[in-house]
Amino acid sequence: MTGFSTVVESRAEARRTRRMRRKSHVPRLASRGMRITPWLFLFVPLVLLITFTYVPVVNMFWYSATDWNGISKVKHYVGLNNYIEFFTRPELFRVFRVSLYYLGASVIQMALALYFATLLSFNTKFKNLFKGILFFPYLINGVAISFIFLFFFRPGGTLDTTLGLFGMDQSSAPQWLGNPDIVNFSLAGTSLWRYLGLNFVLFLGAIQSIPGGIYEAASIDGASRWQQFRYIIAPGIKPIISLSFILAVSGSIAVFEIPFIMLDGANGSATFVIQTVKTAFQSNKVGLASAMAVVLLAIILLVTWVQRRLVPDEEVTLT
Amino acid sequence: MSTANVRSGLAATGKYTSLVIASIAILLPLVVVVITSLKTKEDYATSGPLDLPNPVTFANFGTAFTDARMASAFVNTTVILIVSVTGTIVIGTMAAYAIDRFNFRFKKLIVTLFLLATLVPAVTTQVATFQVVNTLGLYNSLAAPIALFMGTDIVSIYIFVQFMRSIPVALDEAATLDGANHFRIYRSVILPLLKPAIATVIIIKGIAIYNEFYIPFLYMPSQNLGVISTSLFRFKGPFGTQWEILSAGAVIVIIPTLIVFLLLQRWIYNGMSAGATK
Repeated sequence: MTGFSTVVESRAEARRTRRMRRKSHVPRLASRGMRITPWLFLFVPLVLLITFTYVPVVNMFWYSATDWNGISKVKHYVGLNNYIEFFTRPELFRVFRVSLYYLGASVIQMALALYFATLLSFNTKFKNLFKGILFFPYLINGVAISFIFLFFFRPGGTLDTTLGLFGMDQSSAPQWLGNPDIVNFSLAGTSLWRYLGLNFVLFLGAIQSIPGGIYEAASIDGASRWQQFRYIIAPGIKPIISLSFILAVSGSIAVFEIPFIMLDGANGSATFVIQTVKTAFQSNKVGLASAMAVVLLAIILLVTWVQRRLVPDEEVTLT
Repeated sequence: MSTANVRSGLAATGKYTSLVIASIAILLPLVVVVITSLKTKEDYATSGPLDLPNPVTFANFGTAFTDARMASAFVNTTVILIVSVTGTIVIGTMAAYAIDRFNFRFKKLIVTLFLLATLVPAVTTQVATFQVVNTLGLYNSLAAPIALFMGTDIVSIYIFVQFMRSIPVALDEAATLDGANHFRIYRSVILPLLKPAIATVIIIKGIAIYNEFYIPFLYMPSQNLGVISTSLFRFKGPFGTQWEILSAGAVIVIIPTLIVFLLLQRWIYNGMSAGATK
């Protein structure tokens, strides 16, 4: 992103000198018009940006220091009480642990995506078919995915029946969604099914942007498939892997749809965002919920900052 | 030589085996739902999930379509989609044109404001955004998601700026010499050349809006304002255990996605990569 602004700057610089050169024979009125023109183009985008991003962010900080319930006309200033309440109530804090399941699933997901992207970067029969199958779940509506997996995990459902084919006793099958010790594994697995395709397509794109001649040269030199992967593919796609990993970290903290639609956050499947939404819109504790949202925002900004430090923007080029 | 052949043969077997296993694992949950949607109520009650429908029926689709109010859901989704995507393109290209082609005071600040906004995940600020939407009187109307989809999409602006950098400034200058003003340059020079970027944004944005659940769920609780996601979600209540009908509802929602995917595969792969890595 920093790369983006500096490039914009330097080009603008070049244009300004060009414009200055021309200025000698441009009437003064036109140059004043020039200064207003960009604001005419920016007016609507800026109004929307401020109304729907910056006003809420500023308000959120303000609400987080009050005891507001979202409805009443008065808000009492309570200082840091909401933050103290959040960090001292273990049942609120526990939701962070749920993120770890999703983080674990994302690591497996990236390993699988990398494996399949590497496989399909070599000549493969039905390549487009396999690519399509791996990617398609990413496009499916989240509510439909929730239905599919409610049916998949239900007692006597797809999973139990399939395991039965392999000789497992169906009556002893665990409650995939009913058991608090298992539910997060099931939901994180659902999340893996949904997002594997995106990782896979990103990795495949990065691998395919490596010039093919390098592999040929390597195989003439006697490099094995593993050596090709280790010394050509892996370094070539390092930036996209670290970017995906950071996205996985912030993504696993902000998990919402699957556990909310499937279980309404029941059986210990509540995530940080579900907890925040419920605190705000069901318990009407807008002040406390805002404090939670501020904490979440801080975490995500921190993670993104680390990412920007580790992966300079220019290195990630896919399109 | 022969050991090498055996080894590469084994490698190929392993490769296709793993691809086939992965495909089965991915398709199984989906296919079972399709099979279930084709079963009669009695058939569903007496057969296992993996058994084929006997007899095949399409009646569940009719029930799901009417009872989940899918007709009005598709209309609402289409309206939101067309207005938001059009708005995003107009707003995004205008902002990108101003940022890339002009030099003005506070430019650095404006660019920073847009860039910072990409870091704020919408899901975190909904608690406060809700109050803004409410104050503006947009709550429980199609205008709420439309405003949010148009107003919080910085990624599109970013895609447009990146693409605009590849359009030579010489074209603008030539048009200026021909007497075109800035609006004409934007309209007749820049906009037509941005077509590939616009196509990318239509795809990313279109799929995101079609699948969006949280914003319509939060801002349009009224039954008449159901979109695809929320109508399917509410459908779960009354038909909680009738899986042959719920499955049909899910299949109805997936079919348009499948058709679009099959028609626009190449565009979708490129668009999703562009959107995810910003």
